Amino acid sequence: MVPLGGYLAVGAILFSIGVYGLLTKKNGIIVLLSIELMLNAVNVNLVAFSRFGIAANITGQIFSVFTITVAAAEAAIGLAILVAIFRNKATINASEIDIMKR
Amino acid sequence: MTGQYLAFFIFALMAITGGVFMINLSRVIHMVLSIGLSFFGVAGLFIMLQAEFLAFVQVLIYAGAITIMMAMGTMMTQGGDEGEKPKRRLHNVLSFLSAVLVGAFLLYGIYTTSWPTEPTDLGANNIKEIGVTLFSNFVIPFELASILLLVALVGAIVLAKRDGEKD
Repeated sequence: MVPLGGYLAVGAILFSIGVYGLLTKKNGIIVLLSIELMLNAVNVNLVAFSRFGIAANITGQIFSVFTITVAAAEAAIGLAILVAIFRNKATINASEIDIMKR
Repeated sequence: MTGQYLAFFIFALMAITGGVFMINLSRVIHMVLSIGLSFFGVAGLFIMLQAEFLAFVQVLIYAGAITIMMAMGTMMTQGGDEGEKPKRRLHNVLSFLSAVLVGAFLLYGIYTTSWPTEPTDLGANNIKEIGVTLFSNFVIPFELASILLLVALVGAIVLAKRDGEKD
């Protein structure tokens, strides 16, 4: 039986990869995907604790159903915003979207 | 090494290599496809944790819908400025350090805590269990989630619609 720490470690590593991608990538789509990866890492933790926790029950899985719902809505809205930005500025490079800094 | 450990290592490796490839590949469409591999790995981990329903939802929504939608978005937003890349070496080093710090802190916390080792058996029939719990204890969050999805659908259409078109 794989211990709880293994699943939590995978979640932590996925979360750090997501943090690094979020901070360094300039393409807006990849930034969105990094956020999805971080939400996925959180889901791994929720499901692992719903099996191994002290009062383990099905509620952890239900919580991650809601997380997945919100993540899907966020991806759709984010992509729509990126398409609108691309239509106006012909780029989705995050370092060039700086109108409010000028 | 039992088969369960082997499966765990394979799925964890899939999840982590997908993420690392997303960081290192250079073309956006390759990055999107490699994150699909990561989502499949996480679905495998869900199956190992007796969360079969979530594993299928993961494959349908993440590996299916979100990956394909991002690939479509990549095709719709291909600009001319793919080539030139201004170097931001200090920024990259600082980002790497902060990500490593977050990861090391989390891993240290995980390995120094004594977790409960005995898994709870969630039962072979836990899809039914999820449905019953969702409609008895979590009805209002469930309905709110459906309203959120409706709002997101309408909002995405309004945002992505061209300005000139009426209706």
